[in-house]
Amino acid sequence: MAAAALRRDFTPVILTAALVLLLAGSAVVPAYLRFLFELALANGLAVMGLMLLMRAGLVSFGQGLYYCLGGYTAGIAGSFLGISDVFALLALGAAVAAVVGLLCGLLIARYREIFFAMLTLAFTMVLYGLLINNERLGSTDGFNVPAPHFLGWAPEGERLGLTLFVVTCVLVYVVALGLHRYLGSAMGYLGEAIRENELRVEYLGASVRRLLLVKYVLAAVLAGLGGVLTGLAVGHVDPDLANWTTSGEFLFMALLGGIENVAAPLLGALVLELVRSYALEYAPYLWQMTLGATMLVIILFLPGGLWSLARMRKGADLTPEL
Amino acid sequence: MLTLVVIVLDGLVYSSWLFIVAVGLTLIYGVLRIVNVAHGSFYALGAYVMASAAGYYFARGLPPQANYLIIPLAALVVGLVVGLPLERGLLRFFYGRDQVVLVLVTYAAFLVLEDATKLVWGVDPYYAVEPYRLLGTLSVGGLPYAVYDLCLIGVAGGLGAVLWWGLNRTRNGKLLGAVIHDREMSEAFGVNVTPIFTATFVLGAMLGALGGALTAPEISVVPGVGAEVIVLAFAVVVTGGLGSVVGAMLGALIVGMARAAVIHLAPSVELFVVYLVMAVVLALRPQGLFAPAAARKI
Amino acid sequence: MTEPLLEALRLKKAFDGLAAVDDVSLTIAERELVGIIGANGAGKTTFVNIVTGYLKPDSGQVRFRGGDITRLTPREITRLGIVRSFQVAQLFPDLTVLDNALIALAVAARTEGSFFRPLKRYELVEQVFGLLRGFAIDAYAAHKTAALPQGVRKLLDIAMAMSGRPRLVLLDEPTSGVSKDEKFLLMDRLLEALVQSGASVLFIEHDMELVERYAQRLIAFNEGRVIADGAPAAVLADPQVRAFVGGAPGKQPQGERPTSDALA
Ligand SMILES: Nc1ncnc2c1ncn2[C@@H]1O[C@H](COP(=O)(O)OP(=O)(O)O)[C@@H](O)[C@H]1O
Ligand SMILES: [Mg+2]
Repeated sequence: MAAAALRRDFTPVILTAALVLLLAGSAVVPAYLRFLFELALANGLAVMGLMLLMRAGLVSFGQGLYYCLGGYTAGIAGSFLGISDVFALLALGAAVAAVVGLLCGLLIARYREIFFAMLTLAFTMVLYGLLINNERLGSTDGFNVPAPHFLGWAPEGERLGLTLFVVTCVLVYVVALGLHRYLGSAMGYLGEAIRENELRVEYLGASVRRLLLVKYVLAAVLAGLGGVLTGLAVGHVDPDLANWTTSGEFLFMALLGGIENVAAPLLGALVLELVRSYALEYAPYLWQMTLGATMLVIILFLPGGLWSLARMRKGADLTPEL
Repeated sequence: MLTLVVIVLDGLVYSSWLFIVAVGLTLIYGVLRIVNVAHGSFYALGAYVMASAAGYYFARGLPPQANYLIIPLAALVVGLVVGLPLERGLLRFFYGRDQVVLVLVTYAAFLVLEDATKLVWGVDPYYAVEPYRLLGTLSVGGLPYAVYDLCLIGVAGGLGAVLWWGLNRTRNGKLLGAVIHDREMSEAFGVNVTPIFTATFVLGAMLGALGGALTAPEISVVPGVGAEVIVLAFAVVVTGGLGSVVGAMLGALIVGMARAAVIHLAPSVELFVVYLVMAVVLALRPQGLFAPAAARKI
Repeated sequence: MTEPLLEALRLKKAFDGLAAVDDVSLTIAERELVGIIGANGAGKTTFVNIVTGYLKPDSGQVRFRGGDITRLTPREITRLGIVRSFQVAQLFPDLTVLDNALIALAVAARTEGSFFRPLKRYELVEQVFGLLRGFAIDAYAAHKTAALPQGVRKLLDIAMAMSGRPRLVLLDEPTSGVSKDEKFLLMDRLLEALVQSGASVLFIEHDMELVERYAQRLIAFNEGRVIADGAPAAVLADPQVRAFVGGAPGKQPQGERPTSDALA
C-alpha cells in the first residue's frame, strides 16, 4: 500500500534534459537568443524564490529588493572592491541577501495577506529611494558592472558571454534540483500546510513563524543570486531593479508559469522574456497591455499557470512529489 | 526661523497634494476592500486629459480665467469613461475573492491602461503650464511662492471637508459608513451594496483623476507618472490606515511634512524618507495609525 | 495517591465581562477516560482552549505532570504531550489524507526542519498507513480531505493529533456532525485506538447514551462552572445536572449547531 503511494518522480529527468538542451543549443543559437535565455534563467531564480512564498500563501511585492541587492553587490564588489570572481560574487550576493532577508524577515514573517504584500512593497521601495538619491552609485542611471573572472580566467567578448551562460545554466540547474528536493521534504510540504491551516500547524507542534522565516530568507537568497547573474549578464545595474514594477514582473512570471513544480517559474520567466523581446520589437506600445491582459486571463481561466496546461495535456502526473 | 516657515509651507503644499492623490485610494479600500493599483492609471489619465484639454482650450483663445473648470471636468470624464467600465466590466467578477487576488487584477488593469494611454497620447511629453502661470506668485517672507501651490492647500481642505460632511452628515454617506464598518451586517439589514460599490469606485477614480488633473500644470505629463504616484499614494494611506479618510489626511500630513523637512535639511534622502515612513509604520502597526475599528476580529 | 496527569486550578476566563469559565478546578489521572457534558455555551470548549494554550486564563493555573503550563503556547503544550481535536476538524483541505497525516507525523518526529529528506519515503508512508489503519480510514488515503464525509474528517483530525504519542487527548465533540447511527462506530474505533496508546482521554459529548457507555468518569459544566464530577451514573442522576444539562440517557439531546469558528 505504501509502495503504491510512492510514484516515480520525473522532474529531475526533465531538468537534466533541459540543461543538456540548453548547453547544446548555446552552440548553435544566435547570441541574442542565448542572452535572452540567460536573463530568463536569472529572473527564474528570483521567481523560484517567489514560488516558495506563494506556496505558503504569501504574495510578495518585494522580491526586487533582494534581486537589486544581488545586482548592486556584484557591481559594488566589482567596481569598488576589486572582487570579480564570479563565484565569489555569487557567494557575496547570496550572503548580503540572506542577512538583509533575515533582518526584514524577522518583521515580515508576522504578517499575512495584504499586509505582507504591502510591507514587502514598502521595503523594496525603501531601497529604491536610497539608490535613487545616491550619487556615488550613479543615482537613477546606476552604474556599470565590470566583466567577471572565472577562477582566475578572464575571457572576453563572445567567450565571456558563453561562459557566463554556462555558469548560469548550471547554477540554475543545481538550485532547481535542490529546491525540488526541498519541496518534497517536510519543510516543503509545510508551506502548503501553512497556507491551508496555520492553526493546525501550530497544534501539530511546529512553529509557523520560524518556517516562514526560513522560506523568506531562502527566497531572498534566490533573488540575490538572480540579481548577481543579471548584473553580470547585462553589465549594468540601476535602481529600477528595486522598483515595485520589477517585483510585479516576478509575480507575473510566477502566475504565468505556475507554482506547482520548480520548472514552472522557469517556464514563466522564459515565456515572458521571449514575448517581451518580440513585443518590444514589433509593438512597443502593446507590451504592457499584452502583459496585463494575459495576467487577467490567467487569473480567471488558468489559476495553475501554464504548467497546469502541460499537465492536463500529458494526462500524466508529472509532479507526484508535490 | 525662515527655514521652519518654508518647511511648514512646503510641507503643507506637498501634504495637500498627497491627500488629493491618495484619498480616492483609501475610499475604495474602505468600501470595496480593494487595494487599487489602477489608481495610478486614473491619476495619469486625469493628467493627460487635463493637459490636452487645456492645450486645446488655450489654443482656441477662450477666456483664460475659466480654464480651471477643465480640471473637475477631466476628473469627471475619467471617472465615468474609465472607472465605471472597469468596475462593472471587470472588478465585480472578483468580489469576494482574496484581497491579494484583487491587487493582482488591478495591477493587470494598470498595465493595460498604461499602454492604452500611450496609444492615445503617444510618448512625447504634454505640458499645460498656463493654469499654473496665470495665478502668478506671492511673496512669503521674501520668498516667491506659486499661488497655484497655495491653492492646492485650499482644494485639499475643501475636499476633506466635503468628504467628511458627505460621509458623516448625509444619508448616503451613513450607508457608506455602515458598509465600511461591516459589509455582511449591512447586507443582512437590506442595504444593496452593488450600487454603493459602483458609486464608490467611480468616485474614487474621479478623485485619482482629479489629483492628476491638478498636477498636470506643474509637471511634464509623460508615460510612467502613474507608476510613481501609486506608491506614494500607498505610503500615505498605509501610514494613515487603509480605509480611513481622516487617516489619509493625517498620513498625508506626516509624509508631506517629513519630506519637506528632509528636502531642506538632508536633501539626499528625499524619496527614501517617504518609503521609510511607510515601512516603519507598517512594521509597527500594520493596520496603520488611524485604521477604522474592525467590526469583527478574525 | 500518585500525582495527577493534569490539574486545573481555579481557572477563570471572561469575555467582555461574561464569565465563560468560572473558577474551574479539576484533575485528570493517568489512563483515565473522562466525559464532559454541558449545554451550549457552558464553557467546555473554552476550558479546552485554555488547557491547550490557545487562550490565556484571567486567573488560575494549569499544571501538567507537576509543571506549570499556563503561559505556554499551543505548540509548546503539544510538544509536552497534550493534544486536542476540534469541534470542526482542522485539516489541510487541499491536501490528501496521506499528505495530511505525513505532515503530522513529520512534525511529531520533529523533522519539520528537514530540507532534504523526502517526506514521502517508504518508512514514513508505511507508518502513516499504520496510523490511518488504527482509525480505519486508510481507504481514504488518496482523497483530498475537503470532500470527505464528516466522520472521516473527524477521525483524521484526531489521528493527526495522535501522531505525537500524547499523554493526554482532549476531544471536542468528536461525534458532532456525525449521524446518530455512525456515532457508536466512530467512538468504538476512536477509543480503542486511544486507550491502546495509553493516553488519558477527555471527551466533550452531548449524547448522553454515548457518555454513559464510554466514560469512566463524568464532569458536568454549567455556565462556566463544574456542577458535578464523579461516576457517570451518579452524575447523570444528579438533579442539578438533570435540570441544567437536560439529558437523561435515552433522551435525544440537542446537538450543538455547527459554527464556522472551530474554537467556538
Ligand atoms: N473568543 C471568544 N470571544 C468571545 N466570547 C467567547 C469566545 N469564545 C467563547 N465565548 C463565549 O464563551 C461562552 C462559552 O463558550 P464555549 O466554551 O464555546 O461553550 P461550549 O463549548 O461549552 O458550548 C459562550 O457564551 C461563548 O459565546
Ligand atoms: Mg464547544
